[in-house]
Amino acid sequence: MSTVIMLSLILMTLALCLAFVRLFIGPSLPDRVVALELFSSMIVGIIGVVAIATDVPSLLDVAIVMALMAFMAAIGFARFLERGGPRDD
Amino acid sequence: MIETLKAGLILVGALFMFLAALGLMRLPDLLTRMHATTKAATLGASLIMLAVALHFGEVAVVARALGVILFIMLTAPVAAHVIGRAGYFVGSKLWHGTVKDELRPHYDPLTHELRSGMEPDDDARKRPLRDGGSD
Repeated sequence: MSTVIMLSLILMTLALCLAFVRLFIGPSLPDRVVALELFSSMIVGIIGVVAIATDVPSLLDVAIVMALMAFMAAIGFARFLERGGPRDD
Repeated sequence: MIETLKAGLILVGALFMFLAALGLMRLPDLLTRMHATTKAATLGASLIMLAVALHFGEVAVVARALGVILFIMLTAPVAAHVIGRAGYFVGSKLWHGTVKDELRPHYDPLTHELRSGMEPDDDARKRPLRDGGSD
């Protein structure tokens, strides 16, 4: 089981690195917002795996809050984009 | 049995997340990137939460895990729709190989108005309904 957990954590860390590259080079602001949303999904997954690895079920609350915050952030960014705030990308 | 199932769920979930990140990295424009990330990342997080529910097996934890799954499945399409809409409206470029953009000929970027191209004319649209009514 620990091999599986290690493997999945490695995979998700690689995925985080790839998403970070997109966040860094992303040509426009919406691309970066998409990368940030992928971040939050992956962090929910990582928290789940860590909860399994450490047998701490309270970590699920953190995952819930993470998903909630990501949704709010996405809506906020989209409103900001459509209203046409100052952008530098 | 449950151990095997759990291991499989975790691995497949992590693999789907990796695929989502790969798609985000490799695909050419905003909409295709969102196509990669939204679905694959949702599926990956859901599978891992299923594994969490199987691992703990208590009512409170299973309920919370299923709640996370439900919440992710409810919010991911909404967030993707909103971001895609904003991205289209702020004019992010589509891939040069895009075959079809049905919104462009029907959409007025200044007034945010959609037209189907099938309207009779403006008079007919503005006339109250009962003028041409049946009885």
